[in-house]
Amino acid sequence: MSSHASNVDPKTAELWDKSHYQHDVISTRTFGYFMYLLSDGMLFATLFAAYGVLSYQHSYFGGPTPADFVKPWYTFAQTMALFLSVLAYGLGMNALKHKNKSGVINGLLAALVLGVLFLALDIHDMTHLASLGISVATSGGVSAFIVLTQVHATHVFFGLIWILVMMAQVLTKGFTTEVVGRLLTLRMFWHLQAIIWVFVYVFVYLWGYMS
Amino acid sequence: MLVDLAGGWNPMWGRLAWSQIPYDNPILAPLFVAVVVGAILVLGLITYYGKWTYLWKEWLTTVDHKKLGVMYILIGLVMLFRGFIDGLMIRTQQAWAVGAHSSGVFGATHGYLTPFHFGQIYSAHGVIMILLAATPLLVGFMNIIVPIQIGARDMAYPYLNALGLWLTAAAGALIMISLFVGDFAHNGWFGYAPIFELQYSPGVGVDYWIWTMELVALGTTLGGINILATIIKMRAPGMTWGRLPIFVWATLSANVIALTSFPALQVALALIAADRYLGAHFFTAGLGGNLMLYTNLFWIWGHPEVYFVILPAFGMMSEIFPTFSEKPLFGYITMVLASMAIAGVSWLVWLHHFFTMGAGPYVNSAFSVATMLVGIPTGVKVFNWAFTMYRGRLTFNTAMLWAIGALFLLLIGGLTGMMLAVPAINYMVHNSVFVVAHFHTMLLVIVYAIFASVIYWFPKVFGFKLDEFWAKTMFWLFSAGTVLVFVPMYMLGFMGMTRRLDYVFNTVWHPYLLVMEFGIAVYMLSVLAFVALLYVSIRDHAKNQVGADAWGTSRSLEWLTHSPVPFYNFAVLPHISARDEVAWRRDNGIDHVQPDHYEDIHMPNNTGVAIILGGLTFVLGFALVWRIWWLCALSLLAIVALVIYRSFKGDPGYIITAAEVEKMEKEALRREAQISK
Ligand code: HEM
Ligand SMILES: [Cu+2]
Repeated sequence: MSSHASNVDPKTAELWDKSHYQHDVISTRTFGYFMYLLSDGMLFATLFAAYGVLSYQHSYFGGPTPADFVKPWYTFAQTMALFLSVLAYGLGMNALKHKNKSGVINGLLAALVLGVLFLALDIHDMTHLASLGISVATSGGVSAFIVLTQVHATHVFFGLIWILVMMAQVLTKGFTTEVVGRLLTLRMFWHLQAIIWVFVYVFVYLWGYMS
Repeated sequence: MLVDLAGGWNPMWGRLAWSQIPYDNPILAPLFVAVVVGAILVLGLITYYGKWTYLWKEWLTTVDHKKLGVMYILIGLVMLFRGFIDGLMIRTQQAWAVGAHSSGVFGATHGYLTPFHFGQIYSAHGVIMILLAATPLLVGFMNIIVPIQIGARDMAYPYLNALGLWLTAAAGALIMISLFVGDFAHNGWFGYAPIFELQYSPGVGVDYWIWTMELVALGTTLGGINILATIIKMRAPGMTWGRLPIFVWATLSANVIALTSFPALQVALALIAADRYLGAHFFTAGLGGNLMLYTNLFWIWGHPEVYFVILPAFGMMSEIFPTFSEKPLFGYITMVLASMAIAGVSWLVWLHHFFTMGAGPYVNSAFSVATMLVGIPTGVKVFNWAFTMYRGRLTFNTAMLWAIGALFLLLIGGLTGMMLAVPAINYMVHNSVFVVAHFHTMLLVIVYAIFASVIYWFPKVFGFKLDEFWAKTMFWLFSAGTVLVFVPMYMLGFMGMTRRLDYVFNTVWHPYLLVMEFGIAVYMLSVLAFVALLYVSIRDHAKNQVGADAWGTSRSLEWLTHSPVPFYNFAVLPHISARDEVAWRRDNGIDHVQPDHYEDIHMPNNTGVAIILGGLTFVLGFALVWRIWWLCALSLLAIVALVIYRSFKGDPGYIITAAEVEKMEKEALRREAQISK
């Protein structure tokens, strides 16, 4: 019969695995998580598309536009908080390489505090908008503005819970394969939120402020 | 922040009220009684036979990819039946409510369904068939077959796999309960802006629609991640990309689509929810909303989705043709490239669903050409299958019949799709039943491939073949139904009948509608034949036992291990040397060589967490639909807490010792030797 696309000699072929083949747990986990982040990226891409469509002049229906209520320096403070949080997390991961438990905990703690700061600034900003009478119900453009920024904030919120959980796990379980895997995936998550924030800051806040 | 609702709301029950239970509806009330009686009967029987622990231990808490796959398929079949009944009701209304003189009962002026009820039925029909029948059926097969085909013990994340199943089940439960509590959306399966806005659809129907689809979308995204990671990371040694069974390639391409496109649907629906719950203005007809934004977002998911469902079906056909032609698949590489090309191009064509939006000649032409491009890889596939059969030693068993039927349907569906892809034609037939006939032909390709796979892989999973006589009877009845329903539908499309009519004004169309009604009756017979098929096959299962290679001519790796597949799949992982490993071993006379010694196997433990999470998500969905805020908060909190709990607990798994493996393998081999005698 025709080709099996094989040039292996059946007489000497190895039929059953003898190499005690094991797949790498951590790389499988981080790879899968990477794909989840891809889908998360798509989610934000769709939201950005919606924001793009809804940021024409008529989308604000004569009401307030981001140019009226965005404060670029305030949001810059948020940017710094989030970036430093990512940096702190990265330093924690550096400590992980040396199996330094207190280093990891300190890194996570600093990341947590800075993340909380970011979120507090965001919530303060939202209450400020509410006090101006601006809400999702104001106009299509403002709906897109608020939903996009707050979906990002929600991600940060869950990231903070996750950081807390990981601090507890590092303390109680130490650096087991599972905990290390989770620390790495959380790191990917935290980085992605910072990257998304770059886009939010540039395209929503700065651009919105200038146009 | 929250919108003001017309109608009642209270903090305890949200929008729930007795008046939401349609006990006065002459169709739903008896159905409700039947469902309750049926449920009591089933639960009673389980209790009577003392099967609860078995059910809980072996099925509800399992993380075994094969059992999860079987449950996916069961859900799919149940929902397929529900969707079929919806279809039957639509057809009956249209065969009845024709012309001004047609009679009306049950409060309808014409026919037996009021327009609002009719709208709910066709919306539910579409959602169910695409998201809760076709998708779970296909995911079920991917779940069962892919890990075995690549020589893995399980999926990359068995627990996530179980979670995906129970999310799908929760979605199914949510749409089912909308029958008896409240109502369902009447805006079609894909929804139109702004009719789904609160202002025009103040009931809970649209909310049911949103949260059902959200749950399926979530489950499918998670499942997609799992399957991709499995294919990429878990292949047995020697299973190079060039040796991957073609169904695995098809699954891979399909899930790349799922992973990237479902988030778009999730966002589109979440934005509707923002409009309806928070009073946002994404898709409203004023205050800066944009109606066509919704349609674009939906179809940016919607078109890739139709390829997400058809690519696995193509994969199934690519497995079945070679087996029953006793030849390797013609053009393996081109088949792989075609799948990937289809997955890629499927992203560039969404606008063909609304050429009539009027984006202008340049935009329409670009999308028209892009759409037609899909025909090239699809054509490659059709020719590859034809050349696979060419001069092969064909066996026309029922799996092969279904596959060949699928091929014919693909031809018709593809050609009518090409017609629709021409904007000039599309302006004439858009939103006519011609479109409905087109995509039903396409979706029937999937149904045919699924039934082919049921016949083909059933012996692998359960260890015995299905009865050929009843399988053939079912096939021919089903195919007769297909012709009788869809040929007149194409004709009506050309005659200008628009879709979704609860009242047909033109009596000239009546004969065609009656033929279609007759066709539906024939479909009904094929459903009965399917039940007979299952009954007869299970009754006679002792006669139809099979060994590892159930068909004697099969080619890919799943046929190397025993039938039914042991829970650890392979006692020792195979080392792969060829593309069609089993055919290669058979042709070289080494297909019966067993491993010379066994080793310990590490397996994951069962977990009840997944099903509880599924239950909680159902509660969350229900609470969101009825705006019972405290219940939303509670179930969300419980979900987060449970996820955290599980992450603390972890799963060390357990070990099956080499001695135990050896014992089970000896038993399986003894059984196989008996069968071949
Ligand atoms: C050769 C490939 C195909 C082409 C050229 C094609 C073309 C089209 C076009 C132009 C439309 C829009 C018609 C209109 O609304 O005016 C359409 C609708 C549709 N097609 Fe296809 N199609 C193809 C394959 C498929 C496949 C593989 C599936 C599913 C498995 C599918 C499912 C659908 C569905 C579900 C709709 C309409 C949904 C709705 O309006 O409710 N098509 N197709
Ligand atoms: Cu399409």
